[in-house]
Order: sequence, then C-alpha cells, then structure tokens
Amino acid sequence: MLPSRTLALAWVVAVVLLPVVVPDPYVLRVAAMTCIFAGFAASWDLLAGYAGQVNFGHALFFGAGAYGSALLSLRLDFPPWIAVATGALIATAIGLCVGYLCLRLRGSYLSLATLAFPLILIGLLFAFPDFSGGELGVTGLRSLASSRIGNYYVAAGAMLVLVFGTWAFADSRFGLILHAIRDDELAARASGIDTTRYKMAVFAISAAAAGISGALYAHFMRGAGPSTLETALSFQVVIWGVFGGLATIYGPVIAVFVLYPLTEWLGSFSAFGELRLLIFAVVVLLVLLFMPRGLTPWIRDRIETRCPRCKQQNPAWRGACRVCGAGLHVAQGGPLQRSG
Amino acid sequence: MFQDILVTGLVNGSAYALLAIGFSLIFGVARIVNIAHTAFYMLAAYFLYAALVQFGMGVVLSGVLAVVSVTLLSLVCYRLVIEPVRQHEAAVLIATIALALIFQELALRIFGGSYLGIPSAIEGVANVFGIAIPWQRLLILGVAAGVLLLSWFLLYRTRLGLAIRATANDLEVASLMGMDVNRVAMATVAISVGLAAIAGVSVAPVFVVDPFMWLAPLVTVLSVVVLGGLGSIKGSVVGALVIGYVEAITVFVLPQGAFLKGAVALSIMVIVLLVRPEGLFGVSFEEER
Repeated sequence: MLPSRTLALAWVVAVVLLPVVVPDPYVLRVAAMTCIFAGFAASWDLLAGYAGQVNFGHALFFGAGAYGSALLSLRLDFPPWIAVATGALIATAIGLCVGYLCLRLRGSYLSLATLAFPLILIGLLFAFPDFSGGELGVTGLRSLASSRIGNYYVAAGAMLVLVFGTWAFADSRFGLILHAIRDDELAARASGIDTTRYKMAVFAISAAAAGISGALYAHFMRGAGPSTLETALSFQVVIWGVFGGLATIYGPVIAVFVLYPLTEWLGSFSAFGELRLLIFAVVVLLVLLFMPRGLTPWIRDRIETRCPRCKQQNPAWRGACRVCGAGLHVAQGGPLQRSG
Repeated sequence: MFQDILVTGLVNGSAYALLAIGFSLIFGVARIVNIAHTAFYMLAAYFLYAALVQFGMGVVLSGVLAVVSVTLLSLVCYRLVIEPVRQHEAAVLIATIALALIFQELALRIFGGSYLGIPSAIEGVANVFGIAIPWQRLLILGVAAGVLLLSWFLLYRTRLGLAIRATANDLEVASLMGMDVNRVAMATVAISVGLAAIAGVSVAPVFVVDPFMWLAPLVTVLSVVVLGGLGSIKGSVVGALVIGYVEAITVFVLPQGAFLKGAVALSIMVIVLLVRPEGLFGVSFEEER
C-alpha cells in the first residue's frame, strides 16, 4: 500500500479513536475545533486551489453559516439540526451571489473583491446591533449533542464527510475541469466547457461546505460573533491552505491538524501564551522559505516517487513502477536510458 | 459639520494617498500584493513613539530616524523573506501576511496593547477662512503634498523612475532592454515602504497608535487603489481623496456611520471592480483582470 494512503487511514483511525484513548475534556475541545476548521480549510482549497478563485474573504461563508444558524435558532426557534442545514443553505446562496459578482474577475482583483464582502457584512451587522448582537455577537445556542464526546463525534463526523466529499469532487471529472479553468480559462472555454456554470457550482459547493463548518462552530461555541467574519479568519484559512499545499485537499486539512493544536498548546503555557501568534507566523514563514509549495507536497516527494511513464505514485523505496514496471530512478533530462 | 467633513476628508485622503501610491507601485512593478504595507506604516508610528517619547529625541530627528529605519527593515525583509519565494505567487502572499502578523505581535509584546498618544509636532490650532484646524493636520497636508510632488518628480523625471514605470508596464520587455528588474524591484520596495513610513510618522499624533492600527487602513487602501486603478499614481491620489471624503461624509452624516465607513468604502471598491475593473485611471489588460 502507498505510504500516503497508509497515513490517511491511520489519520482516520486516530480521529475516530481519540475520545476512547484520551477522554480529557480540554483535548476533546481542541480536537473538535480542529475538525471544524479542517472542513473549512478543505472547502477553501476546492475553491482557491483547484478552481484558482483565490478567495480572501472565505470567512464570509463561515460567518454566514454561523450567524444564519444562530439567528434562526434564537429568533425563530429552529431545532438545531434544521438551523445548521438552513445556515448552510444561506451560505450557499451567498456563495452563488459572490460567485456571480466575481465571474469576470481574476487573480489579485478577485482576491481584493472577495476580501471586501465579509467586511461589508460586519459593518451591516454592527449598524443593526438589536438584530445581530453587535460587537458581542449572539449567545445562548443549544449544542447539537448532549455529551462532550457526542459533540466531538458530531464535529469529527461532519469533518470526515466534508473532507472526503470535497476530495471526491476534486478527484472527479469536475475537479479536472476546475484544474483546466485555473490553468487557462480561455482554453477551457474553447474546449466546450461552460466555465461560468462550473465556477458558479464550485462557489456554491465551497460555500456550502464552509457554511456547514460555520454552523457547527456556532453550535459548538453556543454562539456566533464577529470573529467568524473577521479578516483574521480569512487570512488564517489562506495560511492553512498554502502552508499545507494548494490543490490537494489533504494538505490544508493536515495544516489545520498541525497548526491549530500547536497554537492552542503554545497558548496553554503562560510564558508562551502571548507569543503564540508570533510563533505561529514565524513557523509559517520558515516552512514557506524551505518548502514554497507547502508542507504536504514536500513530504510526499520524500516518501513517494511518480512513475515517469504512467504517472502513477509509487513508494520511494521501490525500484520499478508497481503498475507498468518502468524504472523509477532514471536520470531526469539526460539521454534515454533503458532500465528495469 | 460641513467644515469637519471638509478638513477630515482632506487630511485622511492625503494620508491614504501616501499609502496607496506605495501599495500601487509595488503591485505594478513586482506584482506583490503587499498585505504588510500598512504594517510598516504602523511600525513607523511606533518607532516615532520610541524615539520621541522614550528616548526624548527631537521631533525632526525622530521622524527621520523612524522613516529610515523602517525603510531599511523593509529591504531586509524583502531580501530574506520575499525574494526567495518570488516564483510562488501564493507563497509571497502568505509571506506578507505572516510579516504583518509578526510586526503586530512584536509591537504588542514590546509596547503593549494600549492606545499610545504621541505629542503633536506643532501644538495649537490655525484659523483658515474661519475654520479652526489643528496645526498637526495642516502639517500632514503639507508633508503629503511635498512628498507626493517629490515622488512625482522621482517617477516621471529621473532614470530610476523611468525604469520603475517601464518595469511596471511590462516586466519581460524591461528585462530584455537590459534593466536589472531585481534592483528596480528593490528600489520600488524602498520607495513604497518609505512613503508608508512617512504617512505613519505624520499621522501618528492625530490617530491613535496601537498594534492593530494597520488593518483598517489596509482595507481602505485596497479600495483606494482599486478605485484609482492598480498601478496608476494619478489614480491613487484621486481615489484617495474620493475615499477620504466618502468616509468623512459617512461618519458625520449617517447614524452609526463609524461602523459603516469601511463597508461604504468597500462597496465602492466592489462596484468599481464589477463595472470598470481597471479603475478610474488604470490601463486594462484583458488577461490580468
């Protein structure tokens, strides 16, 4: 079995078994938050990594899900699960609007425009404090499960569904078309792909996934505040994505699983508590300097080799490709060599 | 109220203009969206505070020291952090975000999170056409006007300026014509951050100084730059004044306006992006939109 698949399986087992092995409430709380943010990071990667729509305001969808489900629960007494679903629907609708507005924008212009949307929404929420709770946000939500372990499993289960769901999307024909749109939209259009439809679809899917994460976050924290919409959160998800490796889905997820517990753990020391954002930023900077493509592509290059003939991944220790038998360690760029 | 709007808009607008020109230049020449741009502006304010209040140096000396040291710091950051990852657009973006966060946290650790006040360079209030304006605000206007004139001269009347504009226009052709685009990029970084530092030093006595003071102007500068057209100097100045006045009107006229001023500026940005993505004065390149 491929090393990366072994690692993925080990990770799923670890996520499922965690409450059994370590039933500590603090660990479970951090782990649940990690799971929620992992789903959020995966949704950003689908939009930014695959489709190339580098969204600088992804917190908009997270916040829309959080505020949507929280306000529906509190003001209209929706049951929690229905509130989560409706919050995700609201986020999807907002995603479609943003996608429609951004159809003609590209690159930095798209990033700047998307950066603006959550800030406009924050301004509106602050201007109507009676409805939105203003700067303090709204509190008093019921959590989705009654026990601590139950809450963890809700977050972990949702995360696994979101991550493997986006991964399946990204690995399908749909993902291939997204790659094409990112690399050359004109060429994609010339090949008969309705790029408008696909861009709208990826905005909707990504927003829905982020909205679910946001709604789960609101119910886990029992409230929603302006922090769910802030630029800091948008930047955070960009950092996770690039740190882990773009257009991989598993990259940003791993980045969240490395960075979020790390910052929380550093924050638990009183000496480091105030330094944790600083350490976080320095770690991100150092990793980028040595692995500019991100953490996971770098690791994958170390443990796996790509067959030069059939493009299949192979464990690094194999001499010949497991699928086609071609030699794996042929000198690159030199004259043709026969081996294996 | 009318006078307030007139003065606030002009003062804020000129500070935005200083910030926006630098941001726009660095984007035009090096294609770097420098999120840390206003973080340098924040650092300059803190350096001024350290030199002026903590070490008791003179106003002019502190100001010059702050601007020079922030500019040198930016060159060090560029060489150590940005240049090694220039090939990877996403990595550059993250690197500038990380830099901004590092500066914010360092300021927080060293100076604390509370608001700091910096004494004005010139105390007192001037009377212009029956409107009372504090001298410091007039000073900001004067500094901004002088620096803008200087940067116009630098960009349009010197060989370095020609090289910068040529590189901004077409990097590959400029390189083919024998320009050292890396050195042009370094010079642009220095000029751009120098302008931001001058803005930081001159507005520090008027605005509050705290470690998070970089976020709000960053957002405003983005809308200014988009309104004026990314890469256009004239556009940055006009855009800055327009946004400065729009914000002043929002704050003074609308109820809850202080919360809405960012939203209004950003709405203008979004509308410009949708209706005329090249901005007021920008040049439109089909493949770069």
